[in-house]
Amino acid sequence: MDLNTLIQILDSTIRLATPLLLACLAGLFSERSGIIDIGLEGKMLIAAFFSAAIAAMVTTAESWVLLGVELTWLKDLFPAVIWGLFAGIAASMVLSGLHGLASITFRGNQLISGVALNFLASGVTVLIAQVWFSQGGRTPSLMAGGRFENITLPLAETLRGVPIIGPIYADLISGHSILVYAALLAVPLTWWVLFRTRYGLRLRAVGEAPEAVDTAGVSVVGLRYSSLVITGVLCGMAGAYLATGLQAGFVREMTAGRGYIALAALIFAKWRPWYALWACLLFGLLQAVALRYQNLDLGLFVVPVQVMDALPYILTVVILAGFVGKAIPPRAGGEPYVKER
Amino acid sequence: MDRMPAWADAVLVPLISILLAALVSALVILAIGENPVEALSLMIDGALMRSTGWGYTLYYTTNFIFTGLCVAVAFHARMFNIGGEGQAMIGGLGVALACLFIPWPHWTLALVGATVAAAAFGAAWAFVPAYLQARRGSHIVITTIMFNFIAAAVLNYVLVNILRPAGAMDPATASFPAATHLPTFQDMFATAGNPLFRGSPANITFFIAVLACVLVWLLIWRTRLGYEIRAFGHSESAARYAGISPVRITVLAMLISGGLAGLMAINTTMGEAERLVMNATEGAGFIGIAVALMGRSHPVGVFLAALLFGFLYQGGAELALWTNIPRELITVIQALVILFTGALDNMVRMPLERIFMAFGKGTR
Repeated sequence: MDLNTLIQILDSTIRLATPLLLACLAGLFSERSGIIDIGLEGKMLIAAFFSAAIAAMVTTAESWVLLGVELTWLKDLFPAVIWGLFAGIAASMVLSGLHGLASITFRGNQLISGVALNFLASGVTVLIAQVWFSQGGRTPSLMAGGRFENITLPLAETLRGVPIIGPIYADLISGHSILVYAALLAVPLTWWVLFRTRYGLRLRAVGEAPEAVDTAGVSVVGLRYSSLVITGVLCGMAGAYLATGLQAGFVREMTAGRGYIALAALIFAKWRPWYALWACLLFGLLQAVALRYQNLDLGLFVVPVQVMDALPYILTVVILAGFVGKAIPPRAGGEPYVKER
Repeated sequence: MDRMPAWADAVLVPLISILLAALVSALVILAIGENPVEALSLMIDGALMRSTGWGYTLYYTTNFIFTGLCVAVAFHARMFNIGGEGQAMIGGLGVALACLFIPWPHWTLALVGATVAAAAFGAAWAFVPAYLQARRGSHIVITTIMFNFIAAAVLNYVLVNILRPAGAMDPATASFPAATHLPTFQDMFATAGNPLFRGSPANITFFIAVLACVLVWLLIWRTRLGYEIRAFGHSESAARYAGISPVRITVLAMLISGGLAGLMAINTTMGEAERLVMNATEGAGFIGIAVALMGRSHPVGVFLAALLFGFLYQGGAELALWTNIPRELITVIQALVILFTGALDNMVRMPLERIFMAFGKGTR
């Protein structure tokens, strides 16, 4: 394998790891606060749809009139793709809010709520896509302005000639969309928020021992809702990246199980931000390799593509079984908090 | 201590939850610019007014009874089995192997053989998550989700690389031999003068599903094992104190659950397609969750909920055929049912409890 192939594989690793990483960090916030979230898939999916749909509408709309008020000036405020991002985040936050309503306010079963949200997103996206665009449950392909463009970092072209470092900088590090860099920045940010701020301390505490946080006079409900807001924002970014960064538009079920892989990565990372980065890069690499080589010939034997597809899930089961270090989730996860009277 | 009479908890709460889900569904139909009343009448017309419609409705019902019972049995042991989809896929593999490689002389024997194979394969697929939950504390929800994906990969591999007949393009097995073909409702009930259930896929498996409802009822409420499963579900510590082995109950409940999911494959694989195709389960494993929640994990409730979902499924197909409403409307309704009867259960129960409390005080 030459350097160029390696760079290409690593480049698509980063692209494929980005939505996983954003969703994984989203799950990290939620589960650290004691709310298990298997609805990551649904939040990503609904965000992917609304970001693509709004971006498509803004790029094609001539004028904006809402309830008789002329709003065309809004169109010039942000590019279409940013409006798409906002819409995606908003949609994902609505589902997050529903999850909070079910699991925090009404103390319902968090797992069942997550399952319901995944179905809701799966159905609603196609339903609305059909009504709005009549293209068999997809959005129109996004044109320029409706997509996140790749950013060329400074000096990328000048340095390209330098052996080894040049191509790595120009092709691997430079040339991604802003959301990729945002996702990578979100890792240290998450670490800092969780482990270096008072909010993070409380957030972690509410996932371990909500009664202690309650005794200290801090609102358990408020903290948990706030973490779900962050979850909504991050899942929204993940979905927007899928539909308006990685691809040019929404197609039905386009998340294709990424929410579950993000969940797997979260367990793999044992609910820690830096490990989440490595886990997502690993799973991104597996996807990139599976995409490039249908059957991987290792010389001694051939690894079928199905093994590569299933590997994240198999690894997660192995980790969960404690064969490679035990994954211990936040102690209060899944349990609704009932304040004693 | 009781805040509410038992009948209210068992009937009133789910009824109001379902009405809320129906109301929101109607709003969704309104929001996409269609008339909910017209949509409903179209669904009723397509699913219930002709014997062919009934044939499809009962075919889907059969699937949902099996997966609903699967989720329900696990629920009694307080486990949430999201793996019905994967267990049904692997059950289908069992059916295909039994039908393709054993020379059955008659369909009755083939049915018995395929039933055993489907249940065994489904149970085997549920065993690993069950064992890991019981012995190593791996969360069964997460492991069964993972096992759904692993099952899809396994089936994909087997169909593409092993069982696909030479020269065929699509990932599916060869057609099963004629001796394994199950009698459809058309074969059973139609006469020359009265062509009932024409072309619809409902078949004899429906009666196996009804039998499974009875057997699950007997198991849960009339056997020692069922008692232990319920005791374990109510309080693990109390069950443990009473000498019930958590490992044994966890594994047995999941084996039964997985076996029931596997049985679904008889209907789809042996009864309808007469070969194993890639996406034979079509999400029925997940609908089982809604069915079990709606049916309160009771076989009678599961049967009725499965019938409702069978109607929704067939009616949804009719809608997609005659209007601009895509089939995914059913997914939305299913999500709303799960949301209201499962997750937002307390939203209905809390105010109801308050009403009953106030009412109770007034009469005392």
